[in-house]
This record gives sequence, structure tokens and C-alpha cells, in this order.
Amino acid sequence: MHRRIEWALIRVIAGKEFRDRIRNRWVLAVAIIFALFALAIAYFGAAQQGEVGFKNINVTIASLVSLVIYLVPLIALLLGYDAIIGEKEHGSMDLLLSMPVTRFELLLGKYLGLAAALASSTAIGFGVGLLPLISSIDMHDFVNYAGFVVSSILMGLAFLSLSMLVSVSARDRVSASGAALGLWFFFVLIFDLLMMGALVVSQGYFSSSAFGAVLMLNPADVFRLLNMFDSVQIQNMVGLATVMPDGLTDPMALGAIMVAWIVVPFLLSIWRFK
Amino acid sequence: MTNKSIEISNVSKSFGDIRAITDLSLSINKGEIVGLIGHNGAGKSTLFKLMLGLTNASSGQIRICGELIDGSDFRSVRRGIGYLPENFITYNNLSGLEVMHFFSDLKNVPRSQCDAILERVGLNHAADRRVSGYSKGMRQRLGFAQCLLGNPGLIFLDEPTNGLDPEGIRDFYSILLEVQSQGVTVVITSHILAEIQERVSRLVIMNAGQIAAQGSLSELRSHLVLPSVFQVRLKRDACLDFEQAFTHLQGIEIETNLQEAQISCGQQQKLAVLGVLSNHACVIEDLTIREPSLEDLFLGYGGHYAQAH
Repeated sequence: MHRRIEWALIRVIAGKEFRDRIRNRWVLAVAIIFALFALAIAYFGAAQQGEVGFKNINVTIASLVSLVIYLVPLIALLLGYDAIIGEKEHGSMDLLLSMPVTRFELLLGKYLGLAAALASSTAIGFGVGLLPLISSIDMHDFVNYAGFVVSSILMGLAFLSLSMLVSVSARDRVSASGAALGLWFFFVLIFDLLMMGALVVSQGYFSSSAFGAVLMLNPADVFRLLNMFDSVQIQNMVGLATVMPDGLTDPMALGAIMVAWIVVPFLLSIWRFK
Repeated sequence: MTNKSIEISNVSKSFGDIRAITDLSLSINKGEIVGLIGHNGAGKSTLFKLMLGLTNASSGQIRICGELIDGSDFRSVRRGIGYLPENFITYNNLSGLEVMHFFSDLKNVPRSQCDAILERVGLNHAADRRVSGYSKGMRQRLGFAQCLLGNPGLIFLDEPTNGLDPEGIRDFYSILLEVQSQGVTVVITSHILAEIQERVSRLVIMNAGQIAAQGSLSELRSHLVLPSVFQVRLKRDACLDFEQAFTHLQGIEIETNLQEAQISCGQQQKLAVLGVLSNHACVIEDLTIREPSLEDLFLGYGGHYAQAH
């Protein structure tokens, strides 16, 4: 059966979600957190080399990547885990679904509204973090920093998709929050440990390219790789990224994989929600 | 153009092994006010959800305003449906007017309608206040207001007077009558049976996922023979003689207790009982006659479904 998608309705739902996050100061709070971290890292990022001050954008980016890889997935998962189950538990879902809106439109509207809140707070927060360095950077640095911000947003959207899948699958908000935190632990803390453990245990049995490909199964690792701008950095990168095959260091390929991390969980959410 | 607002044909709905609705058929004409009543677990909520398209039937077919509920054009039908859930829960962070704007945008109804509807339900004074500060009655009024957006041709009301004070209930039904006079079809559930019995054109009594009985109140009364009850307060020491006065009447039940007597009889025997009572008027201090209420019918059909069939 063919049902025309009404984008106006998606806009209404997305607009409400976004305005809600503006109203309850979620966007502001997250932007402030990101800005404070960005400023602190920009100032103290080179402390290991015995320097402090707003000096080097590449050092700032490298330090920010380490922070963002923990923070953004957590914020995205916490943002989206109750998007659907919250409405169900709250008792307002039936009324929403009795409106002339399809489940797909409802889910997409909610996702886009939350995505807009996450993207704007990330862009504003890290934008502010760039200000002290603005006089000392050239276009190449600016592009690198913009790439870092965009990839942070993409990683956030990927984890937001995962949280939507959690939200449509969970029986209640408590189990949804547990699942969201579980995903964060798995992708951010456990996945790389498992990979390194497997590398050590296998003692070179598996090829490095196979391990590199397995890294694509974690959007946090895809983000990490997206922010290594040349092969030298890749080689110098600590941990698992040293095993990356050349094909998967191409930013376009990595970007496409990140987009897949956004799209696939969202499609699964739609399937579950129906 | 069909004259039916709702056509349900042989619909069943199961949740795993549990059958919530079994082979149910129901047809509701345009402009009717139908009261849907039944015990908890009788299947009312599931039927409501099915009619609203919130859940799919396991088998059977549902048409709303001639359109199949899972058909591709059902969205346009939805624009003409108003729904007030049992507990209208909405967004506490928005004002009443903003809630109305949100739902009007979803229904593609001009926002300009919102003020007039809020005034109609008596909420215009609180339109700009946050819903978090609303009383339960005010929330219910707001729920009713969103339900009226877009001048719906079909309205579903699930326990609509929950939380309303007597004035609110009176206002609610006066608006509902006004709405019905414009040809709107209304399906309503309420656990306050006395409240809806005089206000609906048809009652549908549900039991165990099926329709136990349906019809007007008088039709239901005539189908299920329930007694009229005379409650009599007697003068001191008159009880024994009084009880004996009814011994010649067949098929009546009389219970006495000190100065109280309760006589239950069928519809055909009411005049005979009244005759005996008038002969003993000198020992009667007070008399109340109670006809079978909707509660009695409900208990009769709901509790003795098998006997009624």
C-alpha cells in the first residue's frame, strides 16, 4: 500500500522536539559543556609538551577527539532513548498516532528534531571553542576543525539512531535507559578492549585488514579514524588504528560508513515501530 | 456515499494466546451517539484502538466513513476524527494554546480555530498558562478542545468526564449535544453509567470481547427482564400484615426488615403491586419506585451473558 509522505507533518513534529530542547535549555547546557571542554583543551592541550595557551589547532583537535568519543555518544544516547517509549509510558502516544500522521513520519520527525538539537549544540559549543584560535589558523586548519565538528555531529547522529532503536524496542523507560548505557559501554569502552584482546590472543592469525574492517562495526572507531587526516597520523595513532588497511582511511569511505551507521539503525527502528 | 460512520465486520483481535475481541460486528450510523460499556477487560479499549487504527485486527475488516482503516486514503479520514483518550496527558512544558497549535498543525487545521474552541470549553482564561499548572479537570477540557479541532465528523471519547466537576460535566454534555445536533457521530465510554444512559441513542454492552447486547435503553430493558423495585417505609408493627397482603400475587419477591419492605416484581405486575400498596396506604410512610437502571442492565448482560442468549 502506498502512502505519500507528508513532510509538513514531519516538520511539525521535528519543530516541536527541537523547540522543547531549546525551551528546557538542553541545547544551551550541552553547548556550554562542549564550549568549556573545547576551550580548556585548546588552552591546556599541549601541556604534555610543556606548553599552555591557545597555540595549535591540530593538537586541539587530537585532544578533542579523545574527549568527544566519550561524551557525544553518551549525550546522543541519553537524548533519544525515551523519544518513543517516553511517549508510550507517558500515555500520549495513542493520541499522537490517532492524528493524521504515520508511524514513519512520527519517528522521522522526532529523530530530525532531536538531531537538530544535537547538531546545533555541538556546532555552537565547538564553534565557541575555536574562537580563541581564530586569528592564528589558516583555511586548512579551519577545514580540519570543521571536519572534526561535522564528524562529531555524524557520530552523534549515529548514536541517536541507535537510541531510537532502543526506544522503539524497549518495554519501559528503565530498560531503555539501561540498554542505552549498555550500548555506550560496549561501543566506547568494551569494543576496543575486545579488539585488542583478540589481536593479542590470535597472535597475528587474522590479517590486520580484517581487524581494520571490524573497526567499521563501531561508529566511535569510525569517528576516530575520520579525524586522522593523513597516513602518518594513522600510523602514529595508538591502539587498533595502526592496523587499518589503506582503503578504509579514505574520508569519503569512512563518511559513507558513518552515514550507514545513521541510516541502518533508523531503518530498523521504523521496522520495529510498525 | 455511505450512511455508516463505522462498519466493523467479523473482527477478531488476539494478543498472543489471549483473545481480546472475538468475531465482533458492529455498525454505527452517522449522527448516532453510541455508548460503549463493559467490565474492565471486556474489550472496550481494544475495540477503541481498532476503530482508531492504533492496532491492527487479527482478522476481519473495519471501515470508518466508508474507508478501510488500513487503506491508503485513511489519512484523510483521520483528519475528520476527534479522539479524547481516557487520561488526556499532554505536554506539560507547553501552554494550553501551544498544545492546541501543535495538534491543529498535525490535523492541518488553521490555528485561528484554537482560541474559539478554547473559549467553547471554558479554557480561554488559561490559554496562555502552562499545562503543568492545570487541574485534572482543566486538562480534560483541553483534551476535549483538541478533540473538536477541525470540526470532526466522528468523535471517540474514552471516559470523557474523568476529573470534571459537576459543572464541567454539565458543560461537557451541553457541548456534546450541540456537536451531535450538527450530525456528528459520537462513540463514548464511561464507567458512570447513569451519566450516559440518558444521553446516548444506543448502548453497546461488551463482555468477553463480544457484544453482549445493544440497543436503546428501553430496548435493552425489554430484552432482559429485570424487576422494578418498590421500596416502602412502613409504620411501626405493620410489617407482618403488610407482607401477607402480597401472598396472592405470583412471581414477586418481598423482603421485610423492621419498618422497611422491598418488593421486586416484573413489568406486568407493577399495577397489581401498586393496587395492593394503595389498599395499605394507611400503613405506608414513604414509597420509592426504582426502575431497572443501566447499571442493572449492565450487570444483567455482563454477568449473565450466557443466560441472556
